[in-house]
Amino acid sequence: MDSAVISLLGAFLLSLIGLFVFIWSMRKGLLVENPRAASVIFAPGEIGRTDDPALAGAGRAGLQAAAAEAGDSEHPPDPAEMAQRIEADRSSAFPVFMFIAFACLWLLLGSAAGLTASLKLHLPDWLVGEAWQTFGRVRTMHLTAVLYGWITNAALGVIIWLLPRLLRTPLVGAMWVMLGGALINTAIASAIGAIGAGWTDGMEYLEMPWQIGLFFVAGMVCIIGPVLYTLVNRKVESLYVSVWYHVAALLWITLLFLVAKLPGVHFGVQQATTNWWYGHNVLGLWFTPVSVGAIYYFLPKIIARPVRSYNLSILGFWTLAFFYGQVGGHHLVGGPVPGWLVTLSIVQSMMMIIPVAAFTINMAGTMWGRMHLARWSPTLRFMMFGGFMYMLSSLQGSFEALRSINQITHFTHFTVAHAHLGAYGFVTMVLFGAIYFMLPRVLHWEWPYPRLISLQFWLAAIGIGIYFVGLSIGGWLQGEYMLDASKPFMDSVAVTIPWLQWRSVGGALMVASHLVFVGHFLAMALRFGPERVGAALFSAQPKAVELVHGE
Amino acid sequence: MENEVKLAAGAMVTLGVATAALVVLPYIQVRDVKAPEGLKPYTSAELRGRAVYIANGCMYCHSQQPRDRSFGPDAERGWGRASVPGDYVYDRPHLLGSMRTGPDLLNIGVRQPSKDWQLGHLYQPRAYVPGSIMPAYPYLFELKDAAEPGDEAVQLPPGHSPQGKVVVALPQTLDLVKYLQALDRSYPVLPPEPRQAAGPAAPGAAAPPASSPAPAPGARTAPSS
Repeated sequence: MDSAVISLLGAFLLSLIGLFVFIWSMRKGLLVENPRAASVIFAPGEIGRTDDPALAGAGRAGLQAAAAEAGDSEHPPDPAEMAQRIEADRSSAFPVFMFIAFACLWLLLGSAAGLTASLKLHLPDWLVGEAWQTFGRVRTMHLTAVLYGWITNAALGVIIWLLPRLLRTPLVGAMWVMLGGALINTAIASAIGAIGAGWTDGMEYLEMPWQIGLFFVAGMVCIIGPVLYTLVNRKVESLYVSVWYHVAALLWITLLFLVAKLPGVHFGVQQATTNWWYGHNVLGLWFTPVSVGAIYYFLPKIIARPVRSYNLSILGFWTLAFFYGQVGGHHLVGGPVPGWLVTLSIVQSMMMIIPVAAFTINMAGTMWGRMHLARWSPTLRFMMFGGFMYMLSSLQGSFEALRSINQITHFTHFTVAHAHLGAYGFVTMVLFGAIYFMLPRVLHWEWPYPRLISLQFWLAAIGIGIYFVGLSIGGWLQGEYMLDASKPFMDSVAVTIPWLQWRSVGGALMVASHLVFVGHFLAMALRFGPERVGAALFSAQPKAVELVHGE
Repeated sequence: MENEVKLAAGAMVTLGVATAALVVLPYIQVRDVKAPEGLKPYTSAELRGRAVYIANGCMYCHSQQPRDRSFGPDAERGWGRASVPGDYVYDRPHLLGSMRTGPDLLNIGVRQPSKDWQLGHLYQPRAYVPGSIMPAYPYLFELKDAAEPGDEAVQLPPGHSPQGKVVVALPQTLDLVKYLQALDRSYPVLPPEPRQAAGPAAPGAAAPPASSPAPAPGARTAPSS
């Protein structure tokens, strides 16, 4: 009773403060456009020149024609800055390729494990002969492979590629970054093997044994070092918002992992709160800032218009940083944890509406009247889909934290559906889009079969759609049946079966899209395909591709 | 926004606030919680069984945190009283769980104390609970032509035994069942002490722990599912 009153009061007070910040920021002109800072990602004369390296010749011309607006400059972009950008891209090409290649490997492995786990939930006597095949292990191998293997590798690839570009400075210490990548992937491979063999620390998202976790932390440190060194020695004065998100995210995930994994410190209920502090922050302070930062770069870059309000993006950054970190406790609602902790997390979950609203308003303002460009650019389609899913999953998450809704959805498949909306619909789709944009610049080679990009998009989008809708309905029914004391528990199992089957259908489509994606990646890396616009990796003429696409 | 020091410092401060709230304060608050009188430390066999429970990921489908009546009919289902921090004093790692694909297990030892039932149910859950989606665990057992001295032969319901073979539990399986039988938090617990109820200074700290413990409910023998 009293904790309910306190939660209402707390939410009310914090909302009031939030409102005052908004009002103050408007008086300070925080919501006004800041064109100079927002245009940092463009070279002088580059605004109005669309950029999607994933497009072939005709598509590129079409996108450019569709995006043309009155007042666009006729002059070519500043050659000095373009040279700097090419230099920056070259410095990061090798590590980025390494991260993306590993990411593709883990994506295939992880999603195959995910589909297997999904099938096992409605085929419980399938593949039970060996210990490593059991649901509890396959599910965990799936989680480790997609979260640490796919998303973390791809996120590091995006960060390492974007930073030198945004700082107009060649990456310092690429060898250290690659050493870090090797350590991280050693840790991931070992962790998956360990989990299969039954060696696990036993906490969700933190299953990787801490002895293996040491390699992960060492790898992250090897990456953070060069990143910070490049940051300090940068050539630009103003830091674009993506740099904020990405550098902070790197620091956050490393510290989060370190604290959560401290052996011998955490126990019992306190360990549970630490577990969910980490579990939610790995999404909130690692995946989300990386993906939001990526959208803030790629989306304006493709359509060749700066974001509507640069300052709003900074407001979004700080509110995300402040509120998201304290959200995790709602995973223990009703559990044996202090009431104030759950209440605090619920209040902060609601406060998360502020950064999401800041992001949404900003992106809607930037894309206003330009939505039709998605018809031309597949990369833009991925970014828009991801951005929209960020809004949806974040708003859903905020309301899901409320006691009245949490009561039904807690302990059910509804939570799983929500997690996939965020990690797949939002994060993974953004990473796909980013990879489609980056790789032609990394490999100096075009995507050999552009139609496969569209095919992959629709397979993934329809797959996650079926997955999310099906599992959400099933989870909700499961929760309602569980709360109904007159129904036996087994009814709450039986009611989910058809929806679990739909989840497997959606999951199969997602796996199919990954096969297309990784196949396309391999074809590109092995130089298959009809088109050839430039020379190979680290060639003497990297400018050829940049000129074709960028100017 | 030109200052990288501001960026790093700000990022650390916000993370510090979150860590203080969700890691440090709970640590301070439950650090001194004593084990309730009725709770015994796990024996070494039970700890080995707990390791089997963890290695096979049982906690991904089974929670170990019955909730208060105001949250759901956990007590009516025979899952036990709402748990308190003291119930978990010996738990490293914690196994609170986040899913109820299967029922809560914090009091499975009270609800289903039979070793034969547990062993048979692990071998083939659907022999006992029609419609169950729990995986079968044949790899926790051995098929033999005849039981040898010292073997624990599993008694299965008619129609579920393999033809002409005896199902023998592996040692780790017996440990796992010992752990399941030891899952018993049905002893009464006292309401939280005033000092604990006051809590440390924190946002909304005046609230007592969410679970107000009640004496163990009577329904203890409900058939497990």
